[in-house]
Amino acid sequence: MIDKTVASVEAAVADVFDGATVMIGGFGTAGMPSELIDALIARGARELTIVNNNAGNGDTGLAALLNARRVRKIFCSFPRQADSHVFDALYRAGEIELELVPQGNLAVRIQAAGAGLGAVFTPTGYGTLLAEGKETRTIDGRNYVLEYPISADFALIKAERGDRWGNLVYRKTARNFGPIMAAAARCTIAQVREIVPLGALDPEVIVTPGIFVKHVVQVATPLHAAA
Amino acid sequence: MKRLTRDQMAARVARDIPEGAYVNLGIGLPTMVANHLPRDRDIFLQSENGLLGMGPAPPPGQEDPDLINAGKQPVTLLTGGAYFHHGDSFAMMRGGHLDICVLGAFQVSVTGDLANWHTGEPDAIPAVGGAMDLAIGAKRVCVMMEHQTRSGESKIVARCTYPLTGIACVHRIYTDLAVLDVTRKGLMVVEIVDGLTFDELREISGAPLHSAAATVTA
Repeated sequence: MIDKTVASVEAAVADVFDGATVMIGGFGTAGMPSELIDALIARGARELTIVNNNAGNGDTGLAALLNARRVRKIFCSFPRQADSHVFDALYRAGEIELELVPQGNLAVRIQAAGAGLGAVFTPTGYGTLLAEGKETRTIDGRNYVLEYPISADFALIKAERGDRWGNLVYRKTARNFGPIMAAAARCTIAQVREIVPLGALDPEVIVTPGIFVKHVVQVATPLHAAA
Repeated sequence: MKRLTRDQMAARVARDIPEGAYVNLGIGLPTMVANHLPRDRDIFLQSENGLLGMGPAPPPGQEDPDLINAGKQPVTLLTGGAYFHHGDSFAMMRGGHLDICVLGAFQVSVTGDLANWHTGEPDAIPAVGGAMDLAIGAKRVCVMMEHQTRSGESKIVARCTYPLTGIACVHRIYTDLAVLDVTRKGLMVVEIVDGLTFDELREISGAPLHSAAATVTA
């Protein structure tokens, strides 16, 4: 019997190693798997490369991981926010490397990794600083930039419900990067508010099929949950 | 001369958004356009973090941390709205499925180049978000901005000095002084605020302007 559920967030992230590339779901705090991140901090893995749309909010979740000095490099589209003080200080001190990627290119590069593509030609960013030095091509009169996939050793994501085969459904805009990161990482770990029996998720509405998910762990009352 | 207030600018932009349009409103000033869309028009607001059919802010106490807009503010979903992941969301942009986007800007050039993501200053922390995807993806790209900076420099320029967001991508510019179209012949002034002449507008703009029988707006 296949059972991808694990008993604790600590057990779920136990294999994350030093120097790993880790995708972290979430747009701001919506969809951020804060409890998995806390477990990752406790696990102690260092020199991580992180992929996230932002670079942490306030002092919890991703910001706490940055503050613990565990991150060597971050890929993101929108690091600077009103509450990104942890990242801002590290960046200004030269203690973290930033690869700034337009949001849609971040998404499509993650998708390319999950779909097994060698690269994609995207029109976004053509002629700008963020495409400097990159290969370009004109196709049917439109200009494109060649962008390579972003894959990862691990993805930590947050979903609403999951089952023991790893099927997932999400909640509202907390879905954001979850489904595409799940497909792009070699080991995807999902924290869910509720683990349900096989068959309880309507197959017509499953968003992430279990093939993309390795571990499912229940966090019944996560940080930033709806009242 | 009467400069338009931010609300008046938002109302002016809203007037041009037809029923049935799929629209993305950028972070900041463009967000205010939503408050001026007529309720009797079905207009589909997209937010790039993953929803179509975005509704207004919820009443105090009913915010849901899982239901936010691209500016990370709490919003609601209209009946008939939908959620989707980032891959789909940016396919909507890049794939040309959005009819209109409205973006803020630091500068727009006579040829419709847009600069709105980075001042290029050495100590600035760059952040781009979805701006570059919107700029090249939406069928019609509108910019909404003050005509001049606080120190009085024109934000309409012959050539952008800030790092570009997109090349030749802007169709129309709404400012607190005028409405201008980017055309092959250059910038065409469509409307000017009450009490400002075309010559006066040309004087304070940093690029050549042409008059398209400019009429006065309220």
